[in-house]
Amino acid sequence: MNDIVIQVDNVSKYYRLGVIGTGTLSHDLNRWWAMLRGRPDPTLRVDQAQKKANDNYIWALKDVSFEVKQGEVLGIIGRNGAGKSTLLKILSRVTAPTTGECRVKGRIASLLEIGTGFHPDLTGRENIFLNGAILGMTKEEIRKKFDEIVAFSEVEKYIDTPVKRYSSGMYVRLAFAVAAHLEPEIIIIDEVLAVGDAAFQQKCLGKMRDVAEGGRTVLFVSHNMAAISRLCSKVLLLHKGTTYGYGNTEKIVDEYMIIDKTKGLSWNRTSPYPDKPHIRNIRICNSDGSPCLAPTSSSQFGVEIEFYTPGISPKLSLGLAVHNRELSPIFSTSPIDCGINLPQQKGVYQTRVIFPEAIFMPKEFSLTVALYTPGGESYESLINVIAFVIEENMSLANVLQSGRWGDLQILCDWKPINKIG
Amino acid sequence: MHTDTDITSNKEWDLIIRPKTRWFDLHLGDLWRYRDLTMLFVWRDFVSTYKQTILGPLWHLITPLLTTLIFTVIFNRIAEIPTDGLPPFLFYMCGLTAWNYFADCLNRTSGTFVTNASIFGKVYFPRLTVPVSVIISNLVKFAIQFLLFVSFMIYFGVRGSQIHPNLFILLTPYLLIVMAAIGLGVGIIVSSLTTRYRDLQVLVGFGVQLLMYATPIVYPLSTVSGKYRWLLIINPMTPVIESFRYAFLGNGTFSVMHLLYSTGATLFVLFLGILLFNHIEKTFMDTV
Repeated sequence: MNDIVIQVDNVSKYYRLGVIGTGTLSHDLNRWWAMLRGRPDPTLRVDQAQKKANDNYIWALKDVSFEVKQGEVLGIIGRNGAGKSTLLKILSRVTAPTTGECRVKGRIASLLEIGTGFHPDLTGRENIFLNGAILGMTKEEIRKKFDEIVAFSEVEKYIDTPVKRYSSGMYVRLAFAVAAHLEPEIIIIDEVLAVGDAAFQQKCLGKMRDVAEGGRTVLFVSHNMAAISRLCSKVLLLHKGTTYGYGNTEKIVDEYMIIDKTKGLSWNRTSPYPDKPHIRNIRICNSDGSPCLAPTSSSQFGVEIEFYTPGISPKLSLGLAVHNRELSPIFSTSPIDCGINLPQQKGVYQTRVIFPEAIFMPKEFSLTVALYTPGGESYESLINVIAFVIEENMSLANVLQSGRWGDLQILCDWKPINKIG
Repeated sequence: MHTDTDITSNKEWDLIIRPKTRWFDLHLGDLWRYRDLTMLFVWRDFVSTYKQTILGPLWHLITPLLTTLIFTVIFNRIAEIPTDGLPPFLFYMCGLTAWNYFADCLNRTSGTFVTNASIFGKVYFPRLTVPVSVIISNLVKFAIQFLLFVSFMIYFGVRGSQIHPNLFILLTPYLLIVMAAIGLGVGIIVSSLTTRYRDLQVLVGFGVQLLMYATPIVYPLSTVSGKYRWLLIINPMTPVIESFRYAFLGNGTFSVMHLLYSTGATLFVLFLGILLFNHIEKTFMDTV
């Protein structure tokens, strides 16, 4: 009749925050006892009841509705905590929605994580069967696909070795290979592409495109806008648990870039890992170092970066790149440019880079910050870690009535006009 | 008009995800569709347990042997509890072999949700496949201990002990199924409740041990009389153990009525377990 294969209808999910488990037995017993005596719930005080309900529960998803057609590749984007994973969990039946309903036509396979159920003591061959079955294939289906899976994973030689002896790369390749050869009508993927080396990632992307072109429906969650733009025909943008935008890819990705500015103009590593150089803190600041909340097209501002180094022998470098809204880098800069080397002693350091005054057009930009040794290891590469929007103010940008091209406004030295003819 | 379209459209959807399924929607068909997975779990258990061990399955012989010896010394020699006129060693071993299977099933299924939380949180498959696979893979251990028991039986028989294996041995598969079903039933009830009350898991190990003393393992049912006998009779494991002993050793309390009661109680527990398990499976990821 119609070709809609997934229909999500007003789905909401709420979670109770805090520790659940300890003490709930006595808590529940108390409540039952009170109920038996016809008293009100002793664990809720009247004045607190309302407040408590608001504090302890969070709507991870609120009234989300959308439809996916046969053969569509739907991208799901949004900031951390926007509800993407919750939505996928509901669709893959790992958890149930609180209200609402999803209707699905065909088999769903979900890859919220690859290598689920891999057992380290079993060989590659054995794990292919086990993992395949967990993902919903029958033994017969796996047997038919077996050679293809092995060939794709590039681990033919080690197929009868326990996977605990595999390198992490081999492990991941094998896991992805099993997942990629599932043949359900609908496949749900959560950022599994962030695995393996660049060549393998390309292969994965290619495989996914084949899957999509093969008429299967794909739901794809990612933070990688480039991958989303390349693979998806439609995008659902979630924000704080609600549908913020839904429609064709280009338009929604733009919207994402805009709401991304509410990310706040700073970034913090919540759990610093010791022993390796890493970035702890990045924020947009004014030239005097005070926090900058709204950079404008006429102001001067910069970026403050806090990093840690355990004191390593090869020289450490810091790099910063600025991207436009299409996420192409427009320029990059490094302390070396000003003859500043990074310290080689262990410690937490802070540095600040100030951009030239009023060079940004009133558009959206994002920053990438990287910590690496030249020609060596990359310790940190925070791609598009902060996005910011330049607010319009009197500047070169407004001078031309017809508007100005480009991402940057650079005052160039025009010479007086001479009459030559 | 609205209801009309609803009815027709419900038919064309293969899967409808709702907040909570009705209590009696057991979707056992799913379990059958995933039978390959169940068998792969069994086989994973087997391979991962015995890979890289030499003594592996031998451990299954050492523990019942030692326990039987200790029981013989304490309950027979020291406490002088009668054994229905059977050789004490065989008497204890018979009860223990059967009991161990039940206890293992219960112990290992009772942690289903908590120990598998990481897999369950990532992918859907009928959760019952896991406890069911445990029941099946425990059969391997049972088979080993059963062979040990049978060899001792033959040894004692040749030596001229008064044992009378009889046709009731044919009931063994039935008794096994009942034991597996009670173990599974209680195990999944506990595993469902532990998603909320972790304390229960600690209680299980201890509870199973206590339960053993409420089952005629170290004493025959026939020695118990008076006002506490009913406690043993309502324990659904009692008829199973007594029948098992009667079938293999030729002495014990065998009663069809008791066995039928036991079967009924088992079915009830199992049904209740599956109900609870299915109910919890939908939301346990949020509470575990």
